[in-house]
Order: sequence, then structure tokens, then C-alpha cells
Amino acid sequence: MVNVNINGKMVQVSEDTTILEAAKLVNVKIPTLCHLDLHDIKMVNKAASCRVCVVEVEGRKTLAPSCATPVFDGMVVKTDTKKAVKARRTVMELLLSDHPKDCLICEKNTECELQALAAEMGLRHVKYEGEISEFPIDDSSFSIVRDMTKCIMCRRCETMCNEVQTVHVLSGLGRGFDTVVGTAFNLPMYETNCTFCGQCLAVCPTAALAEVNNVPKVWDAINNEKKYVVVQTAPAVRVALGEEFGMEPGTVVTGKMVAALRSIGFDKVFDTDFAADLTIMEEASEFVHRLKHGGKLPMLTSCCPGWVKFFEHQFNDMLDIPSSCKSPHEMFGSVAKSYLAEKMGIDPKQMVVVSVMPCVAKKYEAARPELGHGGTKDVDIVITTRELARMINEAGISFNHLEDEEFDNPLGESTGASVIFGATGGVIEAALRTAYEWLTEETLENVEFEALRGIEGTKEATISINGEDIHIAVTHGLGNARNLLERIRRGEAQYHAIEIMACPGGCIGGGGQPFHHGDLEILEKRIAGIYSEDRAKTIRKSHENPMIKKIYEEYLGEPYGKKAHELLHTYYVPRQKM
Amino acid sequence: MERINNLDTLIQMQKEFENIMEIRKSTVTNTERRELLICGGTGCVSSESLKLLENLKDEIKKHGLEDKVRASITGCFGFCEKGPIVKVFPEDVFYVGVTPGDAANIVSTHLVQGRKVERLLYEEPALKKKVDTQHEMEFYKKQKRIALRNCGLINPELIEEYIANRGYEALGRCLLEMTPKEVIHIIKTSGLRGRGGGGFPTGLKWEYASKMDSPIKYVVCNADEGDPGAFMDRSILEGDPHSIIEAMVITGYSIGSNKGFVYIRAEYPLAIKRLKNALKQAKQAGLLGQNIMGTGFNFDIDIKYGAGAFVCGEETALIHSIEGGRGEPTTKPPFPAEKGLWDKPTSVNNVETFANVPAIIINGASWYNKFGSDTSKGTKVFALAGKINNVGLVEVPMGISLREIIYDIGGGIKDGKEFKAVQTGGPSGGCITADQLDVKIDYESLYSIGSMMGSGGMIVIDEDNCIVDIAKFYLQFTVEESCGKCTPCRVGNKRLYEMLTKITEGKGTEEDLETLRTLAETIKLTSLCGLGQTAPNPVLSTMKYFHEEYLAHVRDKKCPAGVCQSLLRYTISEEKCIGCTKCARVCPVSCISGKVKEVHVIDQDLCIKCGACFDACPVNAISKG
Repeated sequence: MVNVNINGKMVQVSEDTTILEAAKLVNVKIPTLCHLDLHDIKMVNKAASCRVCVVEVEGRKTLAPSCATPVFDGMVVKTDTKKAVKARRTVMELLLSDHPKDCLICEKNTECELQALAAEMGLRHVKYEGEISEFPIDDSSFSIVRDMTKCIMCRRCETMCNEVQTVHVLSGLGRGFDTVVGTAFNLPMYETNCTFCGQCLAVCPTAALAEVNNVPKVWDAINNEKKYVVVQTAPAVRVALGEEFGMEPGTVVTGKMVAALRSIGFDKVFDTDFAADLTIMEEASEFVHRLKHGGKLPMLTSCCPGWVKFFEHQFNDMLDIPSSCKSPHEMFGSVAKSYLAEKMGIDPKQMVVVSVMPCVAKKYEAARPELGHGGTKDVDIVITTRELARMINEAGISFNHLEDEEFDNPLGESTGASVIFGATGGVIEAALRTAYEWLTEETLENVEFEALRGIEGTKEATISINGEDIHIAVTHGLGNARNLLERIRRGEAQYHAIEIMACPGGCIGGGGQPFHHGDLEILEKRIAGIYSEDRAKTIRKSHENPMIKKIYEEYLGEPYGKKAHELLHTYYVPRQKM
Repeated sequence: MERINNLDTLIQMQKEFENIMEIRKSTVTNTERRELLICGGTGCVSSESLKLLENLKDEIKKHGLEDKVRASITGCFGFCEKGPIVKVFPEDVFYVGVTPGDAANIVSTHLVQGRKVERLLYEEPALKKKVDTQHEMEFYKKQKRIALRNCGLINPELIEEYIANRGYEALGRCLLEMTPKEVIHIIKTSGLRGRGGGGFPTGLKWEYASKMDSPIKYVVCNADEGDPGAFMDRSILEGDPHSIIEAMVITGYSIGSNKGFVYIRAEYPLAIKRLKNALKQAKQAGLLGQNIMGTGFNFDIDIKYGAGAFVCGEETALIHSIEGGRGEPTTKPPFPAEKGLWDKPTSVNNVETFANVPAIIINGASWYNKFGSDTSKGTKVFALAGKINNVGLVEVPMGISLREIIYDIGGGIKDGKEFKAVQTGGPSGGCITADQLDVKIDYESLYSIGSMMGSGGMIVIDEDNCIVDIAKFYLQFTVEESCGKCTPCRVGNKRLYEMLTKITEGKGTEEDLETLRTLAETIKLTSLCGLGQTAPNPVLSTMKYFHEEYLAHVRDKKCPAGVCQSLLRYTISEEKCIGCTKCARVCPVSCISGKVKEVHVIDQDLCIKCGACFDACPVNAISKG
């Protein structure tokens, strides 16, 4: 432990503490911008590139970046001297001198950390003027838009992409004033290894990285009288949407969300949770089938499109191990345009399926050519939680005052098993609830698999089914996934089933969720929200969902059967590894 | 070559080549044997010195002198102004500006007839007299060559010649007679400091790295020489590559490392070639690789190429570049000595620093530290450039005055112009004015007058240079070479540059000068690495010492040196104009009017200030200002 004096306040901290951390302990606030400490998912952006947090350290000629400077015994720090304050203001003015001033119409208006800091510092004019960087906008992908004129070189996206996700798509390019974060050979995002997980834009302090805005497309569909527009909402959306309206993170707003969607004008408001139950029927069947017939193990979940694209690039020698199940919202789209369309006598070509997802990779996934039938896509438009919030505001809906409403049926009924899809470990837990009962033909009394829950990077559990030990692993974050898959490839790890989600925390931490601005407690609260929703359900096993039983009886036949294969399963393609 | 497995074999080898060294060192003069050394540095090679060597060899053969006369290449003599150089030993005759066509003359006149080729001798401008020998040349009188000791003395492509001048003896003594602690102690007491610019005590750096508890450590040679005009590291690697290898192995032994990297600019092909050749020879001789000199100590060296990014000279950036990452710096601490290459303790030392090490080990710390000033021991190599007569590479004891370097060694200012300032430390340094010419040069004194040692670039500025333009020139360099990582360097230096441009275009205000100064100071305080922290130095120091010249630009809208084009005004003197029409005919925008034999007039609104009329006027009737 060392003693540090910060603005005259003494604090005792361990040696590896930074000035910034030590200052927090004595309630000294130092502004930061590039700094981002997501300790729980092992991401700390220590670029120290913005220089907005510089402070005076006695005996040091230059000012020290408090976010990246470790303390030492006897260190005397002054954060509020004229010299330090003036330097921080100047740095901020320099940043603003090379930043567009279109805040009013910017994607990140009121969410921008640069804007917030400028306000906090009370900047009223920028003394320095000169050339402003110009870069072409990269909107080549279905998910992410890169507008590097708004990049402040904080490098958070790079740290996230390279160190946490190990995708290595983003890197600093060029020199001097023209330096920018970009892709190898300046390739458009669509041509890179990008998985479109969207974690880069989740941590981007400005609008340099943003989602592809699909809101206008949704309004167009709703306002087109010829179209029958159905909407589905993913499990993770209902525990985060409230944040956009000032509610506590993790607040479950399912009823209000349904009411809002109906008010917006969707013809039917359905639940992706229904399709999650359907996914479990198929996935658990596939697992039981592989287990009984000596199929390829481990079986990997395939709900997450970011993860799917990641293994298509990075592990394209192992394309036979993921489950062939489509992801839940794709299954939904598939049955909506077949079963539902037939039932309601609607031409599938006139039906528009809109997915509200916590995810930007789902936008890309919906455009995958194999996910559709007879010239129609399973899912037509994907919007994120944030986009939905914008639509609600745009429609003049007072969200907080809405009365709860119920989903429409037949595709709106769901179980507790399906809602936990939204948190890491949820998919495999849901599958186990069903597979266990199918394999043992006994009732599973305690449906909560605690070992598979929580924010830890990789979780493992062994479950005894019919006397046989079934080894399960759960991992989230693509870096963790890479480690696990490499161990499997080398034959060092043996599992029966593995759940993998690209985003840290699972879907509740998706790239399309309300911005957490570095506060990971928000993710934990969303997870808590997910499990409370599960506990509130009377039916908590997918195979007990009466609507699910009905769709198999009326339309699909056997789980994992011929029709199910045709509608609910897919295949993977090897992709280039750059 | 056979492996050298002990010190005795090495000493024996030194003796075998003694006969060459005694002639080259002129300890034996009473002999018919002659040694001809031709500069094989990049500069002279580009002036056909290799062709010259070939011709000399042919001529020697033609005259049947092969038994008595040997000709070979050597490293840079430093007198680049007058290259290519041919030196004849033992009589110390120094021929300058030699072309391949001069070979026959040198051989027939000098070697056959025993008469010096007068026209190829150097003429001392002050004395207006030819100088017979190198040691009589003013250029060399005040120099002390330690780092450059073998340049101009041995053939860099032959390990035998390096050994002959006590090469690898220091390594042998370290490995066989000293503990790592003792080696570090010598370097510490010698007072050797980093020659790359920082001036950090080398012994201390090694000591930190040696104390780190790690089975893997690295030694890195920083050969990413980037200062405009500086070429001492290139010259050492071209002229004495074995000294770097030897020093790196010694460093490895001292800190407990078995692996070294030389990070060298890919734009130095000749240095790379010679270094590769030397590495191969050292390995064959058992002086590098496994079981060095039979001691059981292993050390290997790999070469990594830099792609010409100036910032990669910064040690953390250099390390990331070797690792395969983007060459950009990271915050210190942790310092490379704790967490360097691949997070292992790493000692990063500059080429010139390394070149001193074997000499210090052999001659002792007290020999070395008797050269230099109180705080800066030994010698420093400077690259003289700009408006100076003797452009070249000089090695002088620390503590020498700038006046001695510029006037005694450098031969004063070109074309008899007025000295204005000298920029030391390259784009990171500052300018030094005429008032400060007698400052004794060392790390501290240069820092105290707003400049720095840097890697040793020294660019002389005369009355024809505009000081604002000079500051702008250096800033343009750092603006382009900034890695772009931190805000102050990426955006701040760009804004400084834009403000300077505004001033040189006559659009600046006095208020701008204040903004310029405060921004420059903030950049120094807040930048991430040494590049950004020093980039504003040229601006601050020129503003400090040439305030009036800045004021002239912003207040009077005049460039006193007549460099800033936008501020120029060409006028034709009514008295002097003879109406010859030459000016009007060369004017590209036809803005000069006047009839034959009548006074001509320039339309100032149309004039583009190209200066064509000024150059064309036969009677100097056109003035600019």
C-alpha cells in the first residue's frame, strides 16, 4: 500500500492503482474521455490518447494522464491547478476543433460523451480553428456505419474489437492529422472479418460508429396499406427499453412495450420468446439426437449471428459442430410467413416481419441469403432497442404512462425458458430444462442452473442425466469463445454442449441496447430483470408451452423432423480468414 | 574463419593483422607498403567511390604494385562536403573530391613517383593553402573519434580488420574476466548517456534491466535514425558494424539476455548489408550465437526493418513495431526495462551509444570520463548541415563550444553570409543564436537554452533564412510524422502549423503570437511521448530569440529575410531602370508595363511574386522586401 496526496487529501491505495482510481476514492472528479474500464469483462482502455484527464504530479515536468499513471508512495497530485485545468480545456478545444458541430442532428445527440464533456467544462467557443478531417462514410454493411469524421481516436473500439472480441478488424491507420481508426487496406466493413457484434459502437463515445438506421423502413412498411406488418421482440429488449425512458436498468417493461408497438401501428405484436421456445424444441431434439446416435459433440448453440460469423471465419474447419438451428427471430419469421400466413390467409409476400433486437448483427443476419423461402426473407427489417425507443418518441407515445398489454397469439405465448435467452447461459439452461426431461422422462424440479449464470467469462457445469455426466460450458465475448474453441480444436477440452454469445453478458449487453457508458452494473441489473421475468412465469419449460405443442400438432409435425428442418434449420458457409 | 574459443586466440589474431594497423595508424612510416582507404559510406558510394576503388585496384595491378599496395573501402571519414575521399597511409595524405578518373593519376603520381597529387589535396579556405595531411586539417583538429574510431580506419566488411583494432577484445574481457555487475559498474562510472537524444545514463538503464527477475530479456539496438540531416547511426553501421554487435552481446551479458534485435530503417540498404555480413562473420567466429568464445554464454541478434516512421525511434513505439503492431508509443511507466518487448525486460540503446561501449570497456571508465563536461561525458557525433562550409559528420568531446564546431571545424558560414542561428536536436530541438555560440555543449546546457542534444543533427541557418519559415519547416515534419495517437500532437501541432502558415502569409495578428505560444506550451505539457512533448520546441525557441522577426511578419507584414512569398513586394527603381524590357518579357502574368528605354512599373495587384523579374534585371533595378 502507498500513500498518495490528491489535492491535499490523503489516500492509501495499492501500488497498481491509477491516479484516477485513487482520486475517485477521495471524491476528486477528474474528467475522462478515452478512458473506459470494463473490468468485469477484462477490458480496460488504457490508450491514454485523449489527454483530457491530465493532472499535475509534483516533480514531473509534464502533466500526467491520470487514467494511465500508476501512483507511487508519497505522490503529490494536484488536479485543480490553473495549469491542469487550462491544459484540459485546451485539449478539449483541440478535439472540438477537428470535430463536426452538427450535434443537433447527430445520431448520438444527448448520448455523446464528447458533447457531455464539453457541456461539463462549460466550453462556449473554440479558440483553435483549421482544417477538419474528412473521411468517406462506410455504410457498406447492414449493421454498422462508420463516420470517421466523428472519431476522436479514443481507441475504445480497437481495444474492444482486438482484445476482448479478438476479431482484429479495427486498427489505427495513417499518420499525423490524417490518422484514423480503420480496417486493413481500408476495406469496407462488409468485406472484412467483422462479425457485426456491434460492441465497437457500444463503447464509441461519439457517433463515429453507429448502427444502420432502419427506422424509416419500418415507418414505410407500417404506412403501406398493402403490407401486413408483424413485429417480434427479443427477450433482452424488455429489460433494457425502460432505460431509454428514465427507468431503472433491469425494469421489466414487457406490457408497456407491447402497448407501444401496437400504438405505433404494427398489425400484430408477437414475441421472439415464442420462437425461443421453438428453438429449444429443435435444439434439444438435435442434442438428444446427437447424444443418442453418436453425432458430433460438442454441440454449439447458434442463436447468435455475431458468433456464427466469427466461427465461419475463424473456425471454418469446424462448421459441423454448431447446431443447425436458425436463431429464434429467424425461426419466428419462417413460421410467421408460413404457418401464420396460411392460418390468416395472408400472402407471405405482403407480410413484413420486423424484429426488435438488442443486437446490430441481427440486421446483417436477416440479410443472409439462405434465411428465407421462395423469394421472401424470413425477417425483413431489424431494429434495435434504441431504434424502437426513437420510434416510440417519434410517435409521441408517453411510454411510462402506458397500460400493460399482452402479446398477440398464436406467436405470442412463451415460457420462462425462453426469456432467459437474453442472458449469458440462458439458452443452454433452457435447453437443459427440456433435454433433461426428455432423456430421463422425469420431471425436473429445480429448473435453475445457477452454475451457468452470471457475468464470468466462461462457466462450466456437469449435469448427471441417466447416470451419464453431461459436460456443459457457457462463454460470452468472442475472445473467450476463441480460447474455448481453440482448446477444443487441440483436443484439450471435452464438452457435450456449449453456449456461445458474442457480446459480453449475452444479448442483454448487445450492441443495440441502450448505452451503458461504462457502467457494467447496468448489465447485471438487466440480467436480474431477465431472471425475475423467468420466475414470474407459470410455465418455465419450453416443451410445456401450449402454443408450441399446437404448432407441432397443426403444422410442423415432429421436432427435428422433415418440415421442421425445412423451416427451422440452416447451414453455415466457410469464410475467408484474413 | 575458425571459431575463437578463448581470449588468447583473439589476441593472437590481433597480432596477425598488426602489420596493416601499424601502417594505417602511421606507427610505422619507414616502409614501401601503402594502404589506400576509400570511403565506402552511402554518400561517397553514390558519388562512384566503388568504381573509383575498382579503378585504383586496376591501376595498382597495372603498375605491378599489388605486393606493396592495398586498396579497400572503409567507413565514413566525416568530411562529406568533399567526398569521395581517398586516404593514403602511412603518410596520412587526404585526397578530396576524387573521381574514378583520378585513379590513374593517384597511382602513377603518388604511388609510383612518390609525389602528392596536388590538385586533389584539400585547400584550407582560411589559409588559401593546400593541406598535405589529414591531421593538419582544421576539420579534424578538434575532433576526438571514439564512436567513429574505426570509420576511416578499417574495412567494415572484414571481421579480421575489426579484430586487428582490438575488436571483440572488450567482449572477451567481459565474458571471461568480469561479472555482469562489474560491466555495468564500468559503464555507470564512465558516465555514458543515451546518444539517441534522451541522455539517460546507459549504465543505469542496464542496471534496471539486469535487476528484473525474468528468464527472458531483450536487447534492442535503436537504429531508426530519423532526424532530418542526421546520419551518424547509418555511418557507424556502415563503417563499423561489428562494434554494435560486440556492444549488444556485452549488454546481453550484463542484463541477462540472450536475444537482441537491431531495429533499422529499411531505407538504409548499405548499412543493412554490412550488418548482415558482420552478423554472419561474428557467428562463424563464435563471437555470436551459441557458446560465445567457449564461455557457454549464448546471444543471438535478429534484424527488424522499420518502414521509415520517425516516431518508431521512440522506444515504446519501436518495441510495438518489432512486435508486429502499429508503431505508436504507449505511456511510460512501465518503462521498457521493466516491461518492454513482448512484456519482457528490455534495454533499448541507440547505435552511437553502443559504439562507445567496447572502447569504454577496453580503455576503462576513467579514460572515457576524462572527455566531456561535468554532466556529459565522452564525445558526441554531430551531423553538420545547412549553410555551413564543411557539411559532414564530426565527433567532438562534450563541452566544446558551438563556435568551435561551426567556425573551427565547420569552416564557417557558406558564401560569407551572416550566421543567424543553428538548430540542434532536429525537429525536437530549438535554435541557438549568435549570443549563445560560446555555450559549452552538453545535455544540460542545450536544454537550458531551449534546445536539446537530440540525436546530433546540427543545421546552420544564415541571414537568408526566415526564422518563421524554419519553425514551420520543422513543424511540418512533426505534423507529418506524428503517430496521431494523442490529441495535442495530432491536432495541436497541426493547429500550430496552420497558425505559422497564416503568419507567413501575412494574415497573422499579434494576438496569434500569444495563442501560438500558449498552445505550444500546452502541447509540450500534455503530449503522450517525446515526439509530441518536444515538437513545439522549434516554435518556442524561435519565438523567444527572434521575437522581432515574428513581429515583423504580423505587425509590419514583412519578411525581413525575404523568404515568405506572400509578404514580398517587388518594386522597380526609377533611378536604376534602363528600360531594357527584360523584366516585362519574363513576367509570366504580364504585370510589368513600360516602353523601351522608359522606366517600367509592376502592377502590384497582379504580381504573383515569382521573382522572375528580379532574376532577369541586368542592372539590379528591382528590389524585393
